[in-house]
Amino acid sequence: MFAGLLAVARRDLLLAWKRPGDVLNPLFFFAMVCTLFPLAVGPSPEQLTFSGPGVLWVAALLATLLSLNTLFMSDHEDGSLDQLLVSPQPLPVLALGKTLAHWLISGLPLVLISPLLAMTYRMPGDAMGVLMLTLFLGTICLSLLGSIGAALTVGLHRGTALLSLLILPLAMPVLLLGANTVSLAAGNEVYATGIWALGAYAVGAISLAPYATAAALRISNE
Amino acid sequence: MTAKLSGKDLTLIRGESCLFKGLGFALNPGELLLLEGRNGSGKTSLMRAIAGMLSLEKGEIYWNDIPVNRQRQEFHGALVWLAHRTGLKGDLNLVENLRFEASLRPQGNVDLAAVCDRLAIARLKRLPLRSLSAGQQRRVALARMLLADVPLWLMDEPFTNLDREGRKLVMELTEEHLLKGGMCVMAAHQDIEINVPVVRVGL
Amino acid sequence: MWKFFHQMASPPHFYRIAKVLIPWFAVPGLMLIAYGTYAGLFVASPDYQQGDAFRIIYIHVPAAYLSMMAYMIMAVGGGIGLIWRLKLAHAVGAAAAPLGATFTFLALVTGSIWGRPMWGTWWEWGDPRLTSELILLFLYFGYMALRSSIDDTAKADKASSVLALVGVVNVVIVHYSVVWWSSLHQGQTLFKKGGPAMDADMLYPLLAMILGFTFLFGAMLARRLRTEVLYRERRTRWVRDLVMSPEGGL
Repeated sequence: MFAGLLAVARRDLLLAWKRPGDVLNPLFFFAMVCTLFPLAVGPSPEQLTFSGPGVLWVAALLATLLSLNTLFMSDHEDGSLDQLLVSPQPLPVLALGKTLAHWLISGLPLVLISPLLAMTYRMPGDAMGVLMLTLFLGTICLSLLGSIGAALTVGLHRGTALLSLLILPLAMPVLLLGANTVSLAAGNEVYATGIWALGAYAVGAISLAPYATAAALRISNE
Repeated sequence: MTAKLSGKDLTLIRGESCLFKGLGFALNPGELLLLEGRNGSGKTSLMRAIAGMLSLEKGEIYWNDIPVNRQRQEFHGALVWLAHRTGLKGDLNLVENLRFEASLRPQGNVDLAAVCDRLAIARLKRLPLRSLSAGQQRRVALARMLLADVPLWLMDEPFTNLDREGRKLVMELTEEHLLKGGMCVMAAHQDIEINVPVVRVGL
Repeated sequence: MWKFFHQMASPPHFYRIAKVLIPWFAVPGLMLIAYGTYAGLFVASPDYQQGDAFRIIYIHVPAAYLSMMAYMIMAVGGGIGLIWRLKLAHAVGAAAAPLGATFTFLALVTGSIWGRPMWGTWWEWGDPRLTSELILLFLYFGYMALRSSIDDTAKADKASSVLALVGVVNVVIVHYSVVWWSSLHQGQTLFKKGGPAMDADMLYPLLAMILGFTFLFGAMLARRLRTEVLYRERRTRWVRDLVMSPEGGL
């Protein structure tokens, strides 16, 4: 059952290893958006502390989105997607494998460098842990949601803009939960609700999104 | 009526045009199903419909007299798909590509080295496929097909990009496969010479 | 039963039935709206807090309700279309989306106009209803954009149905997360739970408007569906016969 998941994830990681640019680009993008903000509004410490969680989260959302449109693109172009569709493995499991690889390549590095950027926003230490935890859960949700959008738009012209249009409204609750939870933590308030809600969202997404992605892939590849 | 692979009353509409209507076929072990027709007549579409990648307007494909939609995984376990786009990763080498394929489906006991020798790709093993010629990539796709060791081959234009020798090889491999009791569905716009029972479907 | 549904859903049959049904939706709808408008504007007494400003609820509430209703219809239609391969169900989604988007827009505009005297601003981010409604509008845009960017109708139908189904799960999450979010920021709502109950002379016109809008929505949906069906079946014999007939298909 999970042989297919591991096989696909391993292959995609191997491919990413051979083209490290695909991994680094979203990461640079994330860092750069975080840099733009203080330049635009000024370096006042209060303002940065106040808006830090929101800015970091919006940047993470956009960076994830940026990396999503290539998720199925090369598979569609070289015919690998056809091979996945006619493989004897269940397609939702293969889709989950692709999403897992995407998260490991684009989501996890983002989580790992986020404390570095949070530091420049003078985020307190406790809140940094919460930031990492929410980004950890949140990027899982975003990768899964995004895989549905990427599957729906694979093979379409102007797919990139369309993908954002489809995914952003769906991703809003994740952003809202994540950023506000970090804000609460930074203000020394009770923040557990947001973590639980994000966790629940992630569990729900892991169990449902692969089916939607699989259905969308079959439709898009007709 | 019992055929291993059959299609009944198949109708397919793509966009504005109806590609075929009320089409039927039956294929048994040892036979080759040859789809003939001009460019754009729906050969590839029919192949994709048989593989379950394209939904038909009407009609049903049967494998062992059971609709394939009801046994997708079993059916897909019994076929390989060879198309114009090879489905191989240009950044990976031959071994890595075939290893990925092997982890998706149980492999028969076919020897990798022997297959590579036969297809004359043994010395290309460690090169990324991107650096290979189109014909060589096609040979790798053929290797994948042989290693899967399944009864049904779906081959869409298998002769594309191959030299004379390569075309002869495909013909031989198909013949051997059919003599062993395998089946093959082939879309080709050139005439092929092969000494096995051929079922022709004109589109 | 099954056969009955399939017959009902056959395009020529539906095309004829819908023609008969439209007046049965439109006339009661218009009558209810006429009553609701009159009673709401002239009979209902002014609210003790909001004065006459509250009267915009007679448009805002039905529009907001229909904006969600239309999305539900899209999703259910999409689900039926995907599972039972009923083409008419897909056409329902295609016909309902622009209507739903229009009602969502109407709800946003009226909400904003209503908010102006209440909050002193045209837009209040702290109001969870307006914020959810805005996200809903974006969901409609996404649905319509996906539909229009796929040329093949059958493919567009299926892809957008998957999106509508994913969206409908999300609408619920959007709602609760926005409510949670606004509770953090002491959001102001126009309707507070457990507030003063509505008087009968305020409530009845509102109910009439909701029902009237629903009927009118039904009539508009049926009309759009007829056009949609005609367009989708443009290659078939029955449409050709219809257009060539003396009445010209009307």
